[in-house]
Amino acid sequence: MGRITLDKVTKSFGATEVIPPLDLTIEDGEFTVFVGPSGCGKSTLLRLIAGLEDVSSGQIRIDGNDATMVPPAKRGLAMVFQSYALYPHMSVRKNIAFPMRMANMPQEEQDRRIDAAAKALNLTDYLDRKPGQLSGGQRQRVAIGRAIVREPSAFLFDEPLSNLDAALRVGMRMEISELHKKLATTMVYVTHDQVEAMTMADKIVVLRAGHIEQVGSPLDLYRAPRNLFVAGFIGSPKMNFIEGEEAAKYDCHTIGVRPEHITISGSEGAWSGVVGVSEHLGSDTFFHIHETGLAETITVRADGEVGFKHGDRVYLTPRTDMLHRFDTKGLRIDA
Amino acid sequence: MATQHSRSAARIMMAPAVILLLGWMLVPLTMTVIFSFKKYLPLRGGDLGWVGFDNYVRFVSSSTFWPSVQATLVIVGGVLAITVVFGVLLALLLDQPMWGQGVVRILVIAPFFVMPTVSALVWKNIFMDPVNGLFAHLWKFFGAEPISWLSEASMPSIILIVSWQWLPFATLILLTAMQSLDSEQLEAAEMDGASPLARFGYIVLPHLGRAITVVVLIQTIFLLSIFAEIFVTTQGAFGTRTLTYLIFQRVLESQNIGLGSAGGVYAIILANIVAAFLMRIVGKNLDT
Ligand SMILES: Nc1ncnc2c1ncn2[C@@H]1O[C@H](COP(=O)(O)OP(=O)(O)O)[C@@H](O)[C@H]1O
Ligand SMILES: [Mg+2]
Repeated sequence: MGRITLDKVTKSFGATEVIPPLDLTIEDGEFTVFVGPSGCGKSTLLRLIAGLEDVSSGQIRIDGNDATMVPPAKRGLAMVFQSYALYPHMSVRKNIAFPMRMANMPQEEQDRRIDAAAKALNLTDYLDRKPGQLSGGQRQRVAIGRAIVREPSAFLFDEPLSNLDAALRVGMRMEISELHKKLATTMVYVTHDQVEAMTMADKIVVLRAGHIEQVGSPLDLYRAPRNLFVAGFIGSPKMNFIEGEEAAKYDCHTIGVRPEHITISGSEGAWSGVVGVSEHLGSDTFFHIHETGLAETITVRADGEVGFKHGDRVYLTPRTDMLHRFDTKGLRIDA
Repeated sequence: MATQHSRSAARIMMAPAVILLLGWMLVPLTMTVIFSFKKYLPLRGGDLGWVGFDNYVRFVSSSTFWPSVQATLVIVGGVLAITVVFGVLLALLLDQPMWGQGVVRILVIAPFFVMPTVSALVWKNIFMDPVNGLFAHLWKFFGAEPISWLSEASMPSIILIVSWQWLPFATLILLTAMQSLDSEQLEAAEMDGASPLARFGYIVLPHLGRAITVVVLIQTIFLLSIFAEIFVTTQGAFGTRTLTYLIFQRVLESQNIGLGSAGGVYAIILANIVAAFLMRIVGKNLDT
């Protein structure tokens, strides 16, 4: 079990309020991702759940029991840190065994769990090495192993992949997702990378300056962002925002249209502009279009084989059924 | 520094410094070794010729030799034990956020800036004087008989004085090491269910291992040759005659340079044995 409820939780460091009153429920077995720009309070929120920081007010409940004053070790949660926080002078085996040793678990049970975790995480050959002799990905796995053997009611991850190179990150993303499917344990995952959030989450919590901007499944957030911030944060490349006359045509202050919902043509379309930089990814090409009179740049996604050059005049047509409308406060207007 | 040319230029430019340093070290060393093979009594006939290993045999067979080695090792060991244990505790304390941290840290470090002669005099006259010392007053206040520290508890007194001088050094090095400990490691251990004591034993202490060996190594080298503290307090009496002090007595009080030099060579050998021993421990510790 691992249902975590935050009830009007706040956190201040001295006079600065990092988390204003916040309510959130993380369901048992759910993969929840906290996403938001750096410094928005994601780590602080996670550390409040872990018990590494005391809440300034409010209540944290785990499986219905008040855990606000419970020390971190007694909450039954395991955390994987951004720096991995392995114990450098202990072997991998001792690192993984540490929480069990602290709980005075019988040796046979410890060995059984270590072997199982090592097998699941491909660490069997490295059990006698020190963390310093491992690669970044392996260290990451040791940190996860140390969390798994405790059989916690929930896992907490604080940007666990940000120290890995891009290729490894994609691999570890899959492994963590698979681990979640296998264990079916609650996982709370913090990242500033919306791609990680979109690919891994059951539920995304978008944070800005300690505020929850929106909670929902990845596709909910993609299809119906509640405000301009979420609209701009979720999806890559960013949604295009257009204000002024063009927006007035749709009875709103701002319209948003994603790059993948614009068609580009050399001969005709609703808007016209000049090609600036184009990013060729092979499968797709992203064109940055200038001089449209709508916004400084409009980003457009096209098929990888579409070949406009720098300086070409092109015509753009948005898919009107995929248009997002926002009012003067930046809130979504539903049709 | 890659090309042949730049390498030889570098060598030429470093040469004066290297030669100066070598001379600085080698000349006194060679002279000590030469004198140790001579009967040399400046006030009783001067250089009386070569005597082979006579001085070495006499120095060792003197009844004062082994007690002096023992005194040296007791002082070094005692001071090391006290400075490391209290250094770790003080470093733990100073690492906590507290009010007036900067001032407290400076106060803790202050004894290191006091000259050994001065600090020994202060201890001897202000604290340990059997009549007017603060300790004597304290003892009298509680109705106890004042102790004449430097004669009745000479060894502990000297260890106390020297420890007081070296504690700041140990604390400073250990505090720096403590501050380099990744706080996430401690938090991870906390979440793993480690008690504060277990966190200290499993995380903090191993992390300090290297710093502790550095403290031990550097202090040993300096402590083997402490002199001023003994000269100012007990003058080598009451079992506090260390090897260094014995050599001093042979050379200056007995005016026997040959015998003193032989003692000096023994001291060099002892220091090297200790250093080699410590290097092996450090080597083991550095090789994580
Ligand atoms: N121990 C602390 N003392 C004071 N301010 C802190 C402390 N920890 C975090 N903060 C502040 O809280 C805000 C949120 O930090 P954090 O939760 O680490 O952000 P994120 O993980 O989203 O990047 C930041 O502005 C940071 O400066
Ligand atoms: Mg963070």
